[in-house]
Parts: sequence; structure tokens; C-alpha cells
Amino acid sequence: MLSAINPSALKKQFPIFKRKIHGKSLTYLDNAATTQKPQAVIDTITDYYTNHNANIHRGVYQLSQEATGLYEAAHATIGRFIGASADEIIFTRNTTESINLLAHSLPPLFGKRNELLLTELEHHANLVPWQQLAKRAGMQLKFIRMNSDFTLDLADAEKKITSKTALVALCHVSNALGTINPVQKITQLAKAKGALTVVDAAQSVPHMPVDVKRLGCDFLAFSGHKMYGSTGIGVLYGRKELLERMPPYMTGGDMIKRVSYHDAEWNDLPMKFEAGTPHISGAIGLAAAVSYLQKIGMENIRKHEEHLTALALEQLKKFSVTIYHPGINHGAGIISFNLRGVHAHDVASLMDDHGICIRGGHHCAMPLMKKLGIPGTARISFGLYNTEQDVAAVMIALQSIIKKFGVKV
Amino acid sequence: MYREHILSHYKEPQHFGSLQHATHHAHSFNPLCGDDLTMELLVKKQQVEDVRFSGKGCAISMAAASMLTEIVVGKTIDQLKKLTKDDIFKLLDIPLSPGRIKCALLCLETLHKAAYGEQSKGDKGEHHDV
Repeated sequence: MLSAINPSALKKQFPIFKRKIHGKSLTYLDNAATTQKPQAVIDTITDYYTNHNANIHRGVYQLSQEATGLYEAAHATIGRFIGASADEIIFTRNTTESINLLAHSLPPLFGKRNELLLTELEHHANLVPWQQLAKRAGMQLKFIRMNSDFTLDLADAEKKITSKTALVALCHVSNALGTINPVQKITQLAKAKGALTVVDAAQSVPHMPVDVKRLGCDFLAFSGHKMYGSTGIGVLYGRKELLERMPPYMTGGDMIKRVSYHDAEWNDLPMKFEAGTPHISGAIGLAAAVSYLQKIGMENIRKHEEHLTALALEQLKKFSVTIYHPGINHGAGIISFNLRGVHAHDVASLMDDHGICIRGGHHCAMPLMKKLGIPGTARISFGLYNTEQDVAAVMIALQSIIKKFGVKV
Repeated sequence: MYREHILSHYKEPQHFGSLQHATHHAHSFNPLCGDDLTMELLVKKQQVEDVRFSGKGCAISMAAASMLTEIVVGKTIDQLKKLTKDDIFKLLDIPLSPGRIKCALLCLETLHKAAYGEQSKGDKGEHHDV
């Protein structure tokens, strides 16, 4: 299969790939942690600070109006990207903050429902906020089981989504195993029982087409820095009708319409959930990243990463490795593996000697690692600029690690 | 980082196993990487007569533990307490990247816990996390 895009040409648009690591060219395969930034995003942020910097929503002068216009346009751009309207897009710091906002502001909508349903695959970001809410509010925390092939057990989901379920929160793509969850099926089950749905889309929005209407979810969270934007900017999508009924998360400036010494009236969406001066340059930079992604096409990016994943899975199997991936039909471009007899941190350290950045560890999914009975894995995760040569570089490095450690193949 | 002496200690660790009549015992666990280390000492008249370590972890943590056990026999408890990070770095004799320093020092922490805690083998009540 031919790649849908030309990743070598795209790589040239990311200035970081000009540098050397330990004298070798940089092979960056930790995209699930964060992505590199294209010149287009860097230029947009530089241009904002060079030519348009001012605080938003307050100044009557031209500069402030320019900054406000850019910031508001960012809401619209990101909304269009995921099939939502501009006032349903709330800028946060990251996925974690988006989910914390929900854990704080959603409970008043739960009524008498007392169960929070997650999956066994969650990143700590979509686990700990709910776990702490459950403790605070005396709610029941339940988990949809994972099958032995690393996919979600749908029969278990069906059993556990009941009229007691207040909320189902799940990742679209598992950051640790690459599993693509059947979000549509889960939201249908939840809707049938009247439960709310939250999707952690940090690992899907940068890598495949995501449309909130198609997914049928009530809320969706993702991070800017994992999709070629800057750190410190994240997104929470929420259905307008629900966001309007929710109390604010943080209070203060910008999120109010009117304030007296003893009372305050909340601003319209999305400002109601964006207290204080926001990360203006981050939001504008994220809009630039979205435009960049749209130019390449999310469908193309998915096809390209699928191709690299299939290639890497096939080549990894030649080594003495355990692979924790549900297969190309159910998995995204995140491959967790362990080389027999070699700790994941040793694999990652030795890869670094080859200029290859991969992750080793528990990937912020400690309960999942415990379930798998391992302390962690080595993890390759692809981005749009990765090439077949990058996959080849990993295999060459693995050969040399095996030789060094004297692992029996 | 992965020089021959590190790899040989990893592949064939010294003093690996357990002691039947340990007088001092400690266990450390680093949840970040899953490194798990137990140190056992046989101390008579304040002097280490024998040592064993067990557990699992990366090459750096296991090699460091193995190398450390090579220098503790014959030392007094006070001398063990005075061992520092730099002693471990000298033993390892490799450039450690900042992310791996914790791995290298897990053995020292465990040894210090054993030296200070003076736990008998039967007393496994205390399990410290790093």
C-alpha cells in the first residue's frame, strides 16, 4: 500500500528535524506524548506576539480588537474541525483540565444517578478526576472490562450501562495500547439509558477524522500540543444545551456579565467556562495547527499512520517481543511492546543513542499495566511526519539492543 | 551508559538471592518504572558479614545493586550509612542521563533503609515506595 501523504516532504516543514541527537538525525516516535511543531504554527504564534498582542474582550482599541478577533476565530476553526459550533468549544490548558472541569461542573446534572462508568483502558487523566469525584460524592465507580485482545468488552458495557449510570467516560484511542474504542456504540447504549458521555479524544483528534455528531457524545476533550499546537492549550467540547445548565468551573474575570459586591451573573458560552485571561497565543496557534491538519486531510493522515503501524507490527514480530496492540483493524498508530529480558527503560535509553525518541514506562495508565502484569512497556507512536525509514531505524536499533543484551531470539 | 561492565553485572548479578538469617532487611519499589529491590544483610558486631539482593528492574538499577553489594561486606553499619550518591556514581563509572539517576540510586536507598531500619527478616511490615 502506498502512503496517502508524502511524509518526507512534511518533515521538512518541522524545523526541529534539522537538529541532530547524539550526532544522528532525529527519529521522533513519541507523538502520543507530544508532537513536534510545524513552521506554520511557530510563525503564527510569533506573528501574534510580534504584531497583534493585546488582551482580549476589553480593549476598544484596534490591537485588542485584532487579538479578540483571532481568539474568537480560533473557537470557530476548532469547532468546524470536529463538527461543533464555536460556542461549544471551551479552551482549557489540556485534556486533564477539560476533564477536571467536567468532574467539577457535571455532577449537578446527574440527578439521582449514582454510578460513574469508565473503562479499564483509561489514562490517569480520565480516571483520577472521576475516582476523586466518586470519593467526594459517595458515587460508585465501575469499569468496562478489556478483552484479552486489548479491545473493549462490549457485552460488559451493555451490562454495566444502566438507568443508574450517570456518566460513561472513555478514551477514543488508548494512549497505552492504541485500541480504538467503539465510541459510537457506547454513546448509543448510554443514550438509551439516559447517561451522559465523555470522550477523551487526546489520541484520536490528531490522527483521524473526529466528528462529535457522528460519535454522538455529549463531551469531548483533547490537547493542543498532541496535535502540532503549543503546550498549555486544550479543548473541551460540550453540547450547548448541557454547558448552559452547568455551573462554571473557575470564576473571576471574563466569565461574568455583571458583578456586584455580593453576586455575579455568568457570561455567555464559551466565556462562562474561560475565566481569566486565556492562553490567547496558544488558541491562535492551535487554530493554525488545525488548518495545517485540514490541508493534509485527516483521512490521509489516518491512512498514512495505519500503513506505518501495519509495517511496524509486521517487522516487530520478527523479534523476541510481546506486542500489546489490538491489531490494525482495532488499533491506531500506538504500539506498546516489550523486548524479552530487557526493561522498557533500557530499550528507550538505547534507542536514544540512535537518535530515536520512544517512550518507556507505564504511560500514565498504572492500573492497566497492573492488569497486564507488567511494570510498563516500550511505546512507539506515530505522527504525520513519520516515514518508513523511521520504522526501519527502530528495527536496526532493536537488532543492536538484542546483540548488546544477548537476548535469545 | 550501557558499557560492558554494566551489562555483565546485569546478566550475572553478584550476591543475587536471599539470606536465611538476615539481620537487616529493606524493600524499595519505584512505581514509575516498576523497579523492585530487596536488600538483606547479615550483620554481626556492627559489621556486615554477608549480603544478598533480589528483585527486578532495568539494567542500570540491577547493575548498581550488584556493584554495591560487592563493597558492603566488611563494612560497619555506620560506614553503610555514610555511603553517598557519589559513591554509587563512582562504582557505575558511566555517564548517567538525568532520567536514569533514580534507577541508579534505588540500591543505595534500599541499603540505607536496611541500615537505619535494622529490620529483622520476619518483620516485613514496612514497605516503602520511592
